[in-house]
Amino acid sequence: MTTLLALPYWQETAIKLGVALAVIPTTSLILVYLFLFKMMAFMQSRLGPNDTGPYGSLQLIAEAIKFLQKEDIHPAQADRRVFRMAPVVVLASTFLLYVVLPAGPDAVVQNLDTGVFYAMAVSSLSVLGILMAGWASANKYALLGGLRAAGQLIAYELPLILAVMGVVVQAETLNLQGIVHAQATGEIFGFGAIGNPFILTQFLAFLIFMIAAQAELTQTPFDMPVAETELVGGFHVEYTGFRFLLFFMAEFGTAFAFSALAAVMFLGGWWIPGFDVDDNILNILGPGVMLAKILLVAFFIFWVRFTYPRLREDQLQKFAWKILIPLALANIVLTGIFKVVF
Amino acid sequence: MTTTSDREQMAYVAAQAADARVNVELDTGDMTLNIGPQHPATHGTLRIACKLDGEQVVVAEPIMGYMHRGYEKLCEVRTYPQCTTLVNRIDWLGSFANEVPFILAAERLMEVEAPPRAQWIRTILFELSRIANLSLFLGDMGVQIGALTPVFFAFRDRERVLNQIEEVTGGRFHPNFDRIGGLKDDIPKGWVDETRSVMTKMRTFCDEMEDLLVGNEIFQARCRGVGVIPADVALGHGLSGANLRASGIDWDLRRDANPGLAWDQIDWRVWTHPDGDSFARYWVRLQETREATRIVDQLLDGIPTGPIMAKVPRIIKVPAGEAYVSTENPLGEMGYYIVSKGDLGPFRVKIRTPSFNNISVVPWVMKGVYVPDVITILGSLYFILGDIDR
Amino acid sequence: MGDEQKPEEPSPSDEGREKLLNELSASLGETLIESHLRAHEDLWLRVRVENWSDAVRTARAAGFLYFGFLSAIDWDIAPEGRYEDTEFDEGLTEEDEQPVELDASSGYAGGDSRFQLLAQLYSLERQLGLLLKADVGDDMTVDTIRDIFPGADWHERETHEMFGITFQGHPTLHPLYLPTEFEGHPLRKDFPLLARHVKPWPGVVDIEEIPEHLEAQLEAEVMAAFEAEGGEV
Repeated sequence: MTTLLALPYWQETAIKLGVALAVIPTTSLILVYLFLFKMMAFMQSRLGPNDTGPYGSLQLIAEAIKFLQKEDIHPAQADRRVFRMAPVVVLASTFLLYVVLPAGPDAVVQNLDTGVFYAMAVSSLSVLGILMAGWASANKYALLGGLRAAGQLIAYELPLILAVMGVVVQAETLNLQGIVHAQATGEIFGFGAIGNPFILTQFLAFLIFMIAAQAELTQTPFDMPVAETELVGGFHVEYTGFRFLLFFMAEFGTAFAFSALAAVMFLGGWWIPGFDVDDNILNILGPGVMLAKILLVAFFIFWVRFTYPRLREDQLQKFAWKILIPLALANIVLTGIFKVVF
Repeated sequence: MTTTSDREQMAYVAAQAADARVNVELDTGDMTLNIGPQHPATHGTLRIACKLDGEQVVVAEPIMGYMHRGYEKLCEVRTYPQCTTLVNRIDWLGSFANEVPFILAAERLMEVEAPPRAQWIRTILFELSRIANLSLFLGDMGVQIGALTPVFFAFRDRERVLNQIEEVTGGRFHPNFDRIGGLKDDIPKGWVDETRSVMTKMRTFCDEMEDLLVGNEIFQARCRGVGVIPADVALGHGLSGANLRASGIDWDLRRDANPGLAWDQIDWRVWTHPDGDSFARYWVRLQETREATRIVDQLLDGIPTGPIMAKVPRIIKVPAGEAYVSTENPLGEMGYYIVSKGDLGPFRVKIRTPSFNNISVVPWVMKGVYVPDVITILGSLYFILGDIDR
Repeated sequence: MGDEQKPEEPSPSDEGREKLLNELSASLGETLIESHLRAHEDLWLRVRVENWSDAVRTARAAGFLYFGFLSAIDWDIAPEGRYEDTEFDEGLTEEDEQPVELDASSGYAGGDSRFQLLAQLYSLERQLGLLLKADVGDDMTVDTIRDIFPGADWHERETHEMFGITFQGHPTLHPLYLPTEFEGHPLRKDFPLLARHVKPWPGVVDIEEIPEHLEAQLEAEVMAAFEAEGGEV
């Protein structure tokens, strides 16, 4: 592999860290503005924010300042230490996800050999934070929300991982860069010009992954943990100001990260057809390609979110255990058979 | 000044209290969850005290009175024309429909009859307020179960109907337009054609709701079989309106006990659904909104000419007597029992509101449902708080 | 609708309600004290308060399955009047201001007590409504009809807190609207309406007097407009 820049280890790490830390708020801002503000408004025949800045693009800055100005309120009976820690834990899980997301041959914070495994593992950390928030708020709505979140996230962790297993079997690696390589160098019946994006061979896995991701992100139709009209916000009902902002950023940061995972594993990642996989120029173009693919995936996530009603908790569990998990298992078996036969 | 030791003491007490509470809640099987008084699903300030076992409701008890304004008492110290201002505010989404039965009851006692033109325009405005009211329900039901988009469509299209009401009456929410013996004013020029085009748009809105919610599998999964009210329970509790018709009972006061408005002169039908669940209630209301647009269309075609007001004395005194007149309002049967002593104002007014009876079925229907179903059922029973508390 | 009821006017008989009255007076027997019928409008029956629940049960057996409402009437004269003693009321004549002294006996189907119970039921088959009345005695106690119509539960609670009538056999007569510690029964006529004490009502007549020289002119204009439309007053 060629390297983009020849820098000492600590400098490279510092740059990567800085970029990653800057990327997370930026990405969640992009998603919020583009989808939550504008797309949702247009779908609901509204205009959305349009006063602050061009097309209301500075509205978010105003929102962020508003959140920062708000008083940091703790409920009187809250478990203060856990209450304060919870949003940080949730956000930490999001930050850790970004470590392995590749945006180019070298544009990755850390190229782990077990990247898929790592991503799945850290993404489920957020359950802990949500449970902590729900429990420490000393609020019954928050408690119900936290418990629902725990039940739901654990139930959907399984189909998520099982769906990814299909990709892993086909790519023969747990390394996310390796999966991009496998797609770039793959061939469809001897035709290799566009590589072999796994969405073609693993379409079932892609669907299961997207549905499970929707549930992992607690987006409608799986948003019972927050459920504004029943639990008035669920686990984060007692949070205000900066702490709420952390939850908010984590929600959209994770949505971005999951879209990125989907883009890497199913849509070919940062590779552009016609380029060599290790071409240095892809370190520059790759992030752009990734961003386009991520926004495409995120568009579907938010489209579903604004369109569908919410399921009930028991229906959601049934859906996970009776439909998604058997399908995901069948997908693995089929992938295995095809892998051996062809 | 609070000393440090004071603060420590308070923190200790709070911590102990928190511990005690947590322990108590862990020990007992049931948890009490107050839905409301301030909760997005209660359209105001209704409180439902639920005893929960896990997420299952053991007992649900509605507690109201947070908005009780004592209209029955206030009506006793007002004159008849002044009362319409009050009753306007009972069901604030379909205000004009509230005035009509009151005025009709007073007219019945006075043995005055509004001229045909006034009756037709009354009926049109009545149906317009039904559409305005029910269209908001059609969208809001989506929000109750998590779909954000329909309610925006509902607000957008309800605005058109409100504009039409405003053009005639001058008020969007509280027209106060009905008078004993007729109406305050005639309809403005060009209004008929505008209303007709609005009705077309409202039918499109109904189609949108059908696509977005009725045909949606998740909506059906959330609503079908949830909150089933059998016919005999519905009758015994005095449920009315779409809630009654969704339980399979073919009863509509517009057809069966028409107090004299123009409904019996046009062609329309009453929609019923045999299931009695939340989905049936939504479906019936959707069909009713559509039917109401058809009713308005037909009424617009045949508005008779003539005066808008019957001859009534300037100072209205209603002869002694009693009358109960009820009409099929957007929410159900809304009736006024007026006792008159031949005075300037009523001696006693009993206001029979639909939501009061409709919500009284809540403790019965909510036994054993899940917390999300509480919201679905509350949404589908469709109450307006001013209509419960009066 | 005017056109609809015109053919009915020559014959004010109301067969459905008369048949119903005959049926019910037969089945109620001694329980029924008095009845009143307004043709094509409503039927009032006054029953003995001891047999209140029986009467309701009889009505239910006669097909009145739909529960409308239950409430009460206080026939007392309000000591405060109608709070109309303000300077703005000069537009009224002497005759207008005369209070009309009437008690329960003036109500339809009569009455001989201060408080009267009132319930409304529907028969879906007959498409008729029925109003039941009962005089509440000095003990202010009536049997509950909650077991016959479950919907009466809340109506009885409301009547209890607003009028102070106790419903025997009702397990949860705690207030529905008022705070638990509230004293008094707001819908009784002797319960003062505090808002009117605090701030006098501007007056009964809120219309401006039309100057005399304009009145005849306006009247003529209105009449001309009516006649131009071809309508009859």
